[in-house]
Amino acid sequence: MQAIHNRTVTKETGRRVIIVILIPLLATACPVVFSAGNNDTLPEVLSTQQERIRVIEIAAKTSVSVFAGSSGGGSGVLISPDGYALTNFHVVQPAGIAMRCGLNDGKLYEAVLVGLDPTGDLAVIKLIGKDAFPYAPIGDSDIVSVGDACYTIGNPFLLATNLQPSVSAGIVSGVHRYQFPAGTLLEYADCLQVDAAINPGNSGGGLFNARGELIGINGRASFEKRGRINVGAGYAISSNQVQNFLGILKSGHLADHATLGATVATSADGRVVVSDILESSDTWRKGLRIDDEIIELAGRSVRSVNAFKNILGTLPAGWRIPVVFRRAGRPSEIFVELAGVHTPAMLNELMAGRRAPPSENKPGDSPKPKPNPLAPNPKDLPELIRKLYEPRFGYANFHFNRIELQRVRDVLQRRKSASEKQETSWRYQGQLAAGGSFEIELDDQSATISLPTGISRWEQAAADAGLSAEAGFDSSPPGSGGMLAALTMWRRLLIKGAQNIDGRITYWGQQPLYSTSTNQLADVLELTTSSCRSRFFIDEFGNVSHVTFFLGSSSTSCDLHFTGLSKRGPYWQPTHLTVDYDGDRFATFHFEKGEQKGR
Amino acid sequence: MTLRTQHPTAMSSRILQVGTVLATTILVLVSFRAMGGDVTAVSVDAASRVVKLYGAGGIRGLESYQTGILVSPSGHILTALSTAIDSEVIDCVLDDGRRYTASLVGADLRRELAVLKIDDTNLPFFKLSADSPRQAVGTRVLALSNLFGVAVGDERVSIQQGVIAAHVPLRARRGSHEAAYRGDVYILDCTTNNPGSPGGCLVTWQGNCIGMLGKELRSAENATWLSYAIPTNELALGLEAILSGRNNESLAGEREASEFDIQSLGLELVPDLLNLTPPFVEAIVPNTQAAKADLQADDLIVAVGNCTVTSQRGLRQELSYLIPGDPIQLNIIRNGRIILVDLGVVPSLTEHRGKR
Repeated sequence: MQAIHNRTVTKETGRRVIIVILIPLLATACPVVFSAGNNDTLPEVLSTQQERIRVIEIAAKTSVSVFAGSSGGGSGVLISPDGYALTNFHVVQPAGIAMRCGLNDGKLYEAVLVGLDPTGDLAVIKLIGKDAFPYAPIGDSDIVSVGDACYTIGNPFLLATNLQPSVSAGIVSGVHRYQFPAGTLLEYADCLQVDAAINPGNSGGGLFNARGELIGINGRASFEKRGRINVGAGYAISSNQVQNFLGILKSGHLADHATLGATVATSADGRVVVSDILESSDTWRKGLRIDDEIIELAGRSVRSVNAFKNILGTLPAGWRIPVVFRRAGRPSEIFVELAGVHTPAMLNELMAGRRAPPSENKPGDSPKPKPNPLAPNPKDLPELIRKLYEPRFGYANFHFNRIELQRVRDVLQRRKSASEKQETSWRYQGQLAAGGSFEIELDDQSATISLPTGISRWEQAAADAGLSAEAGFDSSPPGSGGMLAALTMWRRLLIKGAQNIDGRITYWGQQPLYSTSTNQLADVLELTTSSCRSRFFIDEFGNVSHVTFFLGSSSTSCDLHFTGLSKRGPYWQPTHLTVDYDGDRFATFHFEKGEQKGR
Repeated sequence: MTLRTQHPTAMSSRILQVGTVLATTILVLVSFRAMGGDVTAVSVDAASRVVKLYGAGGIRGLESYQTGILVSPSGHILTALSTAIDSEVIDCVLDDGRRYTASLVGADLRRELAVLKIDDTNLPFFKLSADSPRQAVGTRVLALSNLFGVAVGDERVSIQQGVIAAHVPLRARRGSHEAAYRGDVYILDCTTNNPGSPGGCLVTWQGNCIGMLGKELRSAENATWLSYAIPTNELALGLEAILSGRNNESLAGEREASEFDIQSLGLELVPDLLNLTPPFVEAIVPNTQAAKADLQADDLIVAVGNCTVTSQRGLRQELSYLIPGDPIQLNIIRNGRIILVDLGVVPSLTEHRGKR
């Protein structure tokens, strides 16, 4: 069998022919004879094994052993060189804000809680003490197939007292599995099922594919009547769900999952139809009704009720997603803002791990300090962690929101979309797609638009005084839902680069931009002023390509969508603008001329 | 492969060499694929011949769901005989999400198999053959099943990987798992027998059906669960028996059960009235194994082989582990002394029936 090495080919061709026939036969008939350590082992087998060893060696370096003292512990996996790591909510919940984490370099690192997703059983923590942590590349869990090789790496039964993680190999047993939540928590939607061992303590650790890419976060297993040990059916949160929440979690949020405000059922002919819908939901406002057939959700086809739950279960509250439905044979597409499963107050209680009576917490109240590891008295934290922790209602750790906000500010600054001089006013002229010309003028405190239907004006002072709301000026031009106010906020962001901007600005998380062909997620900043709320979608180049604007506490939005960016002088400016109000197209503007001129 | 001396035929020889090496590489790669390089393709193909079954149950410890294997293009489904299918309505879901109501065709009580039927044609199926070869210990296998009922709706059944660890008669397992089936099984090195797994399909990495996952079996003694599969040849015999209406088919290669009792050895014990009645000999029947070994009344049996027994129940249990041909050695206490008594070997079933 060594004959397949060129070096040892003999002179007699006859012998070679025999070898050629023999090897495949042997290989087919009795694969088990090629045991490791045998000199006759096929080179392919050896190289496969070497590759596996190599992959596991690299992946094991990214594995985090979480120790929470008497509260137990679990596993985690590093996903960036600056120390961000993923783990389960149910691992950090007893551990608290500060924890100790071991890597297989044999060292213990201090770690701080960054973000929490109690519904999805996910958490982000950050390890401290190194500039270049080894980290796992995140793979695409949607291309994982049943039968793919996989490895679970972690700290089962908290065995890793020497900080060396345990590795278990197996195959993917099922994809797109749905595991029911306990109450509203720990829902595993669209998850991966594996027969690689997942035992207590593996929670939060990485599930890797054969290339060493992170395809899931292990966190759950079927136990039932056999006790809490692996019985060949473990579940991992898919890496694509992780990606959806990563921006939200890395920025210190207490994340929530989404609801459509509608339930679905399978009809007699096997279609997925709306069986009930809340009239207060955005979905209803955008036109979805009972008996409509759901075809697509967030770009994925809905072929069963289970698929519907799977898709929805992986989406964060607040995402704007397309819904395609069919009524009377005709398909339509709407964009819906997903509501949260919980109220912020409910989430806060869930984070604490116990539900207080509903009367105790009114929305907007800051939480009362409780003896809760996730809301500690900062004085009780280690010095190192205290500097990295800032409690705030609705957040797991607001400190990291500031960090993400600064990162996006830097991106915006680099892009240079506008002059930083405020005394200039901006003017755009051009044609409407529906016919006719328009002119827009934007200043710091006011905006004017001239349309074929007339001239409209918006002023900050009037909005602040609440005077114009009654007169309808806030939402001018009429029927746009506040296009002028939204453009003014957009202009302020471009000029000030999110610094010293009036109102409170936070980093919201990441959302997809469905208008682009790529699945790239955009950073979203949220600006709250006394009269309105705006969300700015910023792509990787620093372009603000979308603005969702809410007037007052209204949940109907005015959506500005900018396309066709081109350089005007030194600045990047759009050439097209579409404006939608509450899902209906208000107008499309083609900018033929735009200028930033001194007053 | 350096060329030092050029023979007239050296060039053609070299071409042959290169060709040979190429051919070898290609064949090895091809065979690797056959060895199971493509678990995904094999799994997906096999899963199209496996169905999820939903029937009665749901009470503590008794699942209302299990798995079945399509064994004919016209919708015959082989599954494990269990309480789950003891239902007027058995729902059956195919890999592609198609739903059917299945009816019970018949059952094989000895193999604990049942055949169900759904009404359709041209369904994908596994052809079961009574002369399927026995798979070698060490063969890599995939187990497909509806375990834990996690695959809902049109989701594919779960697929697990493992290795055949042994090929043994089920009753040879020490620890007396309660099962009517006593034929040979494949013991697997992975946890394949879970709630919902019974009736699941065991395939090789080449995609051949080699067995069916059996009922969940838990040892009454040590609470361990057994992962096993009934081999295809046994399934084929059971299927044939059910379809032909015969129900007393003997198991293939059935080993003679060593259901000899203490009496058949020729010894009577004192009446077993208590939980822990000591195994005192009451009387010996002349011209029997016991008599030949010189066992006597009032002897107290304290061990079978190396295993101590403290009660008549314990004695019967230890003897039940023996199979025909095994030596029977008893330790007894007589007049305060321990004596080893050799009773010969366990008689074969026929031999011992003949004696009665």
